[in-house]
Amino acid sequence: MASEAQPADGRAIEVRALAKTYREVQAVKGVDFDVAAGEVFGFLGPNGAGKTTTINMLCTLVKPTAGSATVAGHDVVRERDDVRRNIGLVFQDPTLDSYLTGAQNLKLHAELYGIESSLVAPRMRQVLTMVGLWDRRDTAVGTYSGGMRRRLEIARGLMHSPRVLFLDEPTIGLDPQTRRSIWSYIRELQQREQITIFMTTHYMDEAEWCDRIAIMDHGKIVALEAPETLKAQVGTDRVTIQTDDDDAAIGALAERFGITARISEGAVAFGVPEGEHFVPRLFSELGMPIRAVSVSRPTLDDVFMSYTGSTIRDAEEDQSKHRNRVMMQMMGGRR
Amino acid sequence: MSTTTETTAMAPPAGALTVEPVRVTVPKHSVASELRAIRIVWRRDLIRFVNDRVRIAASLVQPLLFLFVMGSGLQAISSAGTHGVDLKTFIYPGILCIAVMFTAMFSAASIVWDREFGFLREMMVAPVRRSSIVIGKCLGGATVASTQGVIMLLLAPLVHVPYDPVLILGILGLQLLLAFSITAFGVMVAARIKQMQSFFGVMQMVVMPMFFISGALFPVAGLPGWLAVLNRLDPLTYAVDPMRRLVFGHLSISPAARAALDPGVTWFGWHVPALLEAGMVLLLGLVMLAVAIWEFSTSE
Repeated sequence: MASEAQPADGRAIEVRALAKTYREVQAVKGVDFDVAAGEVFGFLGPNGAGKTTTINMLCTLVKPTAGSATVAGHDVVRERDDVRRNIGLVFQDPTLDSYLTGAQNLKLHAELYGIESSLVAPRMRQVLTMVGLWDRRDTAVGTYSGGMRRRLEIARGLMHSPRVLFLDEPTIGLDPQTRRSIWSYIRELQQREQITIFMTTHYMDEAEWCDRIAIMDHGKIVALEAPETLKAQVGTDRVTIQTDDDDAAIGALAERFGITARISEGAVAFGVPEGEHFVPRLFSELGMPIRAVSVSRPTLDDVFMSYTGSTIRDAEEDQSKHRNRVMMQMMGGRR
Repeated sequence: MSTTTETTAMAPPAGALTVEPVRVTVPKHSVASELRAIRIVWRRDLIRFVNDRVRIAASLVQPLLFLFVMGSGLQAISSAGTHGVDLKTFIYPGILCIAVMFTAMFSAASIVWDREFGFLREMMVAPVRRSSIVIGKCLGGATVASTQGVIMLLLAPLVHVPYDPVLILGILGLQLLLAFSITAFGVMVAARIKQMQSFFGVMQMVVMPMFFISGALFPVAGLPGWLAVLNRLDPLTYAVDPMRRLVFGHLSISPAARAALDPGVTWFGWHVPALLEAGMVLLLGLVMLAVAIWEFSTSE
């Protein structure tokens, strides 16, 4: 079928000035990016940065307010059904029927997507084997653990051989071991089935698995590169110190070294080139006692911090504080 | 919910991916693909119903209470007015209707349930028309409810109603029709309501009055004016009445009893034909189905 061909330039997703406004709130403020066919592309940002809204627009669940996007060569507004036929979706919240068995859930999916009947059984066997659930296929989903459910959702998202697989926080709420295993499945299937993977996460360590990541903050993309490139751009080591008076320490750092430090996760943090050589100077010249010090190579956390001014966890704490405050105001209560 | 250990499937099993992937394609829209979608949504309701024996039993309680407890309990004081006909026989047609009604409501409620548990989303993003999902859902509810109706139908000899092929087919047809319309109504309501409690609140507010006013428990002639008006406006009246005419047509009772117990619905003195009544139920069901489809197609 001609319409099934990849776009000539090998792009799986093209996004131009895409924006979404809910009443007065600008959830996504005009983003542009391309995702190459076969790429693992990560969307990174704190909760509420606009990641889920963007993914929902790309998989035709939410209509954009402005801008345009194509997925697998089809426009997300004008060719909604064509987009849906070519994408697989794994949502942040579970969408399985827990009264049905794993196999029944996949069968239902195959029927809804009109997969040729003779191929349903072999394809089901393949995707279930891939996620290690073939032996549990005839058990009700209600008895599955959280990790098994997520793997079943991934298997279901792959059932109809999509060209692009969207994963919205695929490992949220799972333990580190299960997260790692899900990631190795994702990587393996991406190589095996040559599909494009578009995912959102707010785990920094997971972003390392992506070919490229886009950092999103307040509805905008603030950086878009390979993880290694982003880390190299930071160029400085991250030093954190614990003191008895953090504010005085920040003042002293600015005065004596011209360094801008900020409080992050309960310690004073700042970036300097060649951190190991800086630490001895710090102890002799800061002029106040330091209780502990640590130096680390740049991580994606630092990348995130250099672009957004806070760590991802701080950003989320601020937001939840803000949300709580709004809630309290709405309820007319007082702390 | 029990948890199962992850260790058996921690790493992708070696060799699982060494075979060439089975490639499938998703075809473009066609009548066949829509019919397949309708069928699977319908079948899901059936599978879930069969697996849920508690629900089958629970939804029989209410009709059985009405039929046997109320029917037997009020027999002594009503015998003068029923011309020797057992009160249970009289309310049996009404009970055949409410049995499918309650089950159909439950089926429609599963849409609200599906939304709460996320499954609705899986159906909404599929490359099929929303109307196929809604139609499959209504047919599923109708089938499940009619199955429930069959159980009530089996009780016929206990209330002095004979097994008769024509009667049985007629009853099944009417039950299917009523169950379809009620499910369509429930789905229409469920499109707007996001929480289970509110859904059942609305249902209680609408369905119980509809049931009491419909004449399932009393003859529809000689009512006080206000009740007669409400009764003629109640859609359920037009399902109960043909059901009663059908059942009473197969009973051998005195003309006096027939006139008192099965007077038939009249509009300003005109006897409404049973076929027209059934047609009205069908039409109403189709209108509500259309509204439900419209609601689901415009949402999200």
